[in-house]
Amino acid sequence: MISQHQHRHENDCQEVLSHLNDYIDGELSPELCMELEAHLAVCQDCRVVFDTLSKTLYLVHKLRESPPELPETVEYRLFAVMNLEQFVPKKRK
Amino acid sequence: MTGIEIDLDIYPDEASLVEALKSGDPEACACMIKQYAPRVYAIAIRMLNDPDDAEEVLQETFISACKNIKKFEERSALGTWLHRIATNAALMHLRKRKRREVSLDEPIETQGGDDVYREVQDWTFSPDDHAMNSEIRDILEKAIAELPETLRTVFVLREIEGYSTEETAQILGISVSAAKVRLHRARLRLRQLLSPYFT
Repeated sequence: MISQHQHRHENDCQEVLSHLNDYIDGELSPELCMELEAHLAVCQDCRVVFDTLSKTLYLVHKLRESPPELPETVEYRLFAVMNLEQFVPKKRK
Repeated sequence: MTGIEIDLDIYPDEASLVEALKSGDPEACACMIKQYAPRVYAIAIRMLNDPDDAEEVLQETFISACKNIKKFEERSALGTWLHRIATNAALMHLRKRKRREVSLDEPIETQGGDDVYREVQDWTFSPDDHAMNSEIRDILEKAIAELPETLRTVFVLREIEGYSTEETAQILGISVSAAKVRLHRARLRLRQLLSPYFT
C-alpha cells in the first residue's frame, strides 16, 4: 500500500516534471523555480530526468552548428534543375 | 566543403550577393546554393524523414527563391528567408502526405498524461567529454527521425532551427499551448529514445 508521504512525493514529481520544460526554457516564475529546485535537490528520480534531458538538448543544439553534408548527387541534380550546369565539373554532367 | 567548387568570396557581403541575385546573375545563384543548400536540405530531411521528399523540397526552395528574389526586402537575413521557404515547402509535403494516409493512431494531445517520466535511468555519459563525433550525430539524427511526425516538426523548428515557441506555433498553424505540449512530449520522448545509448 502506498503511504501518504509516498503518494504526495509522486504528486510533487508529476508537478515538477510538468514544469520542467518551462524551467529549462527560463520561463518559470522565480517562486516556482525555487520550489522545483528544492524538489530536485531531494528527488533522485527527477534529478536524473532533468540531467539527462538537459544533456539531450545540449547535444541537439550542437546539431545546429553543423548541418549534415549535402550528398554530392543531390547537389549535382539541384544545379541541373537550376540550369547551372556550367558550374558542374564536366565529368559529372 | 565537398562537391561542386564555387568561390564564395566573389561577393564581399550578403547585400552584394542579393543585389547580384536580383539582377539574375547565375554565379550569384550558384553561390547562394553552395552556401545555403546544406542547411535547407537538413531542415527538409529532418522534417520529412525521407530523402526523396527532402530533395524535392530542396529544389522547390531554390526555384521559389530565384523566382521571388525581387520580392525579398532584406528585412531578415537571406538564410532566414530561405529557411522559411524551405519550412513552408516541407509543411506542404507533410500536408500532401497526410491527405494520402489518414492515420488512426496519432496521439491525442492532453496537457498531462505523459507516461514517459517513470523510466529514470542515469547516464554515465557526459556530453562535455565528447566532441560531436559522427557516431553521436548518427544516433541523434536517428532518434529525431523516430519521433512521430507531429512531435518531430515542432521539435525540429524549435530546437534545431531555433524558432521561438510562438513562431513555431504560427508556422504550423497550431496554438502556442499545443506547440508547448508537443515540444514537451518530443523532448521527453527523445530523451527516452537516447537513453539506451548513454547508460
